[in-house]
Amino acid sequence: MVWSKVPLLLRRCAALGFVAAVLLVINRFVEAPDSNRYHENVIVFIGINIILAVALNIVNGFTGQFSLGHIGFFAVGAYVAAALGTYGHDRLFPWLPVDGSATSVGPAAFPIIFMMVASGLAAALIGLLVGLPSLRLRGDYLAIMTLGFAQIIQVVLLNLPVVDGATSFTGIERHGIFELTPHLTNFFWVYFVAAVVIWAAYGLRFSTHGLALMAVREDEIAAEAMGINTTKYKVIAFVVSAFFTGVAGALFGLYVSALTNDQFSFMQGINIVVMVVLGGLGSISGVTIAAVLLTGLPEMLRFTENYRLVILPLLLILLMLTRPQGIFGRDELSAGWFAKQFQAVRGWVRGGGSRLAGRRTR
Amino acid sequence: MHQFLEQLLIGIQLGSMYALIALGYTMVYGVLKLINFAHGDVYMVGAYAGLGASAVLGAWLPQHLHTTVPLPSPMGFVIVMLAAMFLCGLLGLVIEQAAYRPLRSRVWVTPAIFIGAAIGYIAYCMAIDANRTLWSARLIGLGAWLAVAWLLRTTQRRKTFAVSSRLTALITAIGVSLFLENFGDLPQVFSSQPQFYPTLLQMPASTGAVSMPTVIMLGVAVVLMTILSYIVTRTKIGKAIRAVSFDPDAAALMGINTDRVIAFTFALGSALAGAAGVMVTAFSGNGFNPYVGVQPGIKAFVAAVLGGIGNIPGAALGGLIMGVAETMVVAYGSLIHVPDTYRDAVAFLLLILILLLRPSGLLGKAAVEKV
Repeated sequence: MVWSKVPLLLRRCAALGFVAAVLLVINRFVEAPDSNRYHENVIVFIGINIILAVALNIVNGFTGQFSLGHIGFFAVGAYVAAALGTYGHDRLFPWLPVDGSATSVGPAAFPIIFMMVASGLAAALIGLLVGLPSLRLRGDYLAIMTLGFAQIIQVVLLNLPVVDGATSFTGIERHGIFELTPHLTNFFWVYFVAAVVIWAAYGLRFSTHGLALMAVREDEIAAEAMGINTTKYKVIAFVVSAFFTGVAGALFGLYVSALTNDQFSFMQGINIVVMVVLGGLGSISGVTIAAVLLTGLPEMLRFTENYRLVILPLLLILLMLTRPQGIFGRDELSAGWFAKQFQAVRGWVRGGGSRLAGRRTR
Repeated sequence: MHQFLEQLLIGIQLGSMYALIALGYTMVYGVLKLINFAHGDVYMVGAYAGLGASAVLGAWLPQHLHTTVPLPSPMGFVIVMLAAMFLCGLLGLVIEQAAYRPLRSRVWVTPAIFIGAAIGYIAYCMAIDANRTLWSARLIGLGAWLAVAWLLRTTQRRKTFAVSSRLTALITAIGVSLFLENFGDLPQVFSSQPQFYPTLLQMPASTGAVSMPTVIMLGVAVVLMTILSYIVTRTKIGKAIRAVSFDPDAAALMGINTDRVIAFTFALGSALAGAAGVMVTAFSGNGFNPYVGVQPGIKAFVAAVLGGIGNIPGAALGGLIMGVAETMVVAYGSLIHVPDTYRDAVAFLLLILILLLRPSGLLGKAAVEKV
């Protein structure tokens, strides 16, 4: 075909451009002035959670290292972006309006890209600092170590007067006027970044590096014996994941009207872990769907008022009992997956609706 | 110097409370290799159970709470403690049987009863709130219960144990924890209003420098830990617990009923957490709500890891270190310009330092991996 003759890089750029164009069109509707702000809010948070879940999946799913501390990287990203946006008004982006009503599509995209990269790098640096000492620990000790770092980050942020850590960070007062943190995040940027992160995760998974990561997950000693530098790959996975988490943090920090400390609490961190396990450790499409479900479901259950907070954990327990491998297990959503499900359903129907009976006779 | 000793005693008292909770974490980890995230919420239920017991006792012995006669008070305190410990032990047993055990086996009746009842109750409450008649609401609740029971029966029966269940168990524990917190938060259960204990114990004014509650909490913690150490080291069931934590498969081959040992471990650990819950909330005098267990839960978990998770003396040691470190930061941090808001960070910093030096905790044994 002609399409396959086009250089790979060009093809990828074209695909990315197509995605961007589609998202821009949708963005017109989602961010229209008369659109429902509540729906827009939920949609944006779903996107941010997708990024977080896919990023955590690189460490917890691909590499099999259990991190409970990604909420700390998220916090670093959010505060770095918000601080850059607020304090950088004067020097970096003097053209941004100070009331927070900035646009970030088109040529005005520079500030948000800059802040996302800066936040991602800051989070990646912290990730390196956390990862280097922690990754010699295994299993639950690694989990508690990362949890400890996340708690320390939270307490340090709580004590930073520069970003009003003890109360809430909305902006700063300068020259007698109160300047709000610019709210640059919109539907387009959240979902464009989500698309890029998902794409990168797919690329990583099916590359030789991804195979090395999965070898570490399956058996660390065997991987080492095969000549894989396990420490190096663990640190790489950790840093890449921290970078993406920091970018998600930037999107979050430039979206919410006020950053408060309890947005980065232990329970929020657990939320991301639940998404990853629920979706199926290592399955990119699985964790994406789980992120959508776990962010959207509480909103859909809002009519049940305070019962939803009881229903969700019960559903979680039930799901872990009935489907312990998560929604997708380690599979990805693909034509082959649908074929497999179809076969399973057909087998179930042909077996007279009872798999159990068939298994007993075998 | 005198003040330092006083702070040290307060630190040890705080640490002994952490240790009581951490013991439950570490024993459960020992037998099941599971971080029981719901343990902090058992502590919370202990606080409420003690409150309920003291209310019942107060109604039963009207003079108990409101007179200056100190005679019935120590007895009342002991009864409240025992009631809370019993109820928490029962709760731990139910949690294990309904949520964790079905992950390891094909049992479906217990989870169907308890999870089904919880879902049925929520369905019933929602139906009542939607202005349905009482009987239709009851029918809806019963229907939800039966549906859950059927679902669990079919899935449990055809379960294959292909998936590594440790992460599954961890997420289940998180689910149980969130359920206990949010269920307690419902207005018809504990409600989110802060609750206060009545005066449980008529105490003489503090003798000298050390306050009475500190001494009592420390004393009770020492007694409970002595009893625990007797159970673990001198009794048959204690020997079984040690055997299961050493090697569950070999223990099962030696004729130990591992499921029963695990259930007993849960009950024992939960009872200790309940005792800590009553004492901390009753003597601090602060109001508490259904989320009171989250922070002590995390701290105690850190304490358990600090001492080497799975190691019982290690949990006690870790708890003491955490408590003393925290108190010292609050008391003397200002001398080196560390505000007392850093108390939580210092606990974790200590954890990180110790784990870097000894990757399996202070008293934990480094596991050599054989291939």
